[in-house]
Amino acid sequence: MAHDIQKEIKSVEEKFLKEHVKFKIGDTVKVYVKIIEGKRERIQVFEGTVMSIKGSGTGKSFKVRKISYGVGVERTFPIHSPIIDKIEVTRRGHVRRSKLYYLRQRVGKKAQVREKRYSR
Amino acid sequence: MSIGIFGTKLGMTQVFGEEGNAIPVTVVKTEPNQVVNLRTKEKNGYSSVLLGVGQKKKTRINKPLQGQYELVNKESGKDVAVKQKLKEFRVDDVSAYELGGFVNIDIFEAGELIDVIGTSKGKGFQGAMKRHGFAGGPGGHGSQFHRAPGAVGQCAWPSKIFKGKKMPGKMGNDRVTVKNLKVVAVDVENNRILVKGAVPGPKNGTLFLMKKK
Repeated sequence: MAHDIQKEIKSVEEKFLKEHVKFKIGDTVKVYVKIIEGKRERIQVFEGTVMSIKGSGTGKSFKVRKISYGVGVERTFPIHSPIIDKIEVTRRGHVRRSKLYYLRQRVGKKAQVREKRYSR
Repeated sequence: MSIGIFGTKLGMTQVFGEEGNAIPVTVVKTEPNQVVNLRTKEKNGYSSVLLGVGQKKKTRINKPLQGQYELVNKESGKDVAVKQKLKEFRVDDVSAYELGGFVNIDIFEAGELIDVIGTSKGKGFQGAMKRHGFAGGPGGHGSQFHRAPGAVGQCAWPSKIFKGKKMPGKMGNDRVTVKNLKVVAVDVENNRILVKGAVPGPKNGTLFLMKKK
């Protein structure tokens, strides 16, 4: 009884995958997160730099870092999670790494990511 | 002691629940299981349903079993092909099952708790620490006793090692039952079921999905 395992598992995951705007490492994104308080539902925005994207299928996730009142805050989001309402890209970043963990060691201006400039 | 169905483990993934929570699931593929025989209290002293899946050449089974298939075909008037795998499921009442009919994945529904039986992955020859969870000795500080099982018995009396003493040896490849796994979703169309958590065995391993009584 041989089945095409990868195909079968993909077709299970298909239903749960969501379409978001494309973003890359180093981009500044706004993540609109649904928060349920009792019966009310509201939306909170988490804005920061995308530090890492990893995984595939329903397990794909990305990490966003921001500086909140002088304290670095990182949050990991499963990209296909239903709690994510939408994602907006506010700034395209120019980076040469696939994981920006070096930002943790930096403060001030050095912790910035250069903006991507498009040539004519 | 309840009805079940054959399944094949495909692997694990995660899906999202209604509240946005991620649920780890195992995908199990099934196929319609044919009722190869019915055993009743009057005839056999107990009642059960014999289910089978897969294909096998008729010449590959022995004569007594061939005879049983012939009897079943005569009785049901259907052409029940020789099955590769057979399993008997004890049930209280066989009247719900028809000889030569099929048992499908729709006997389960989402939210139900089921038992899953499989054969665990073979681990080969393993020491007492991995196989039986012995504590072992310290790693350093001059200790020369690391992963050995330690003393295995007494002295002049009883002058032997008791049978069943936990020792190193072949591990895994055992029949394992995992109880109370939640059914996350049943896909009747594709003959697939999503079970929360892990189930024993390798990918493509045979499982029995058992309904709880």
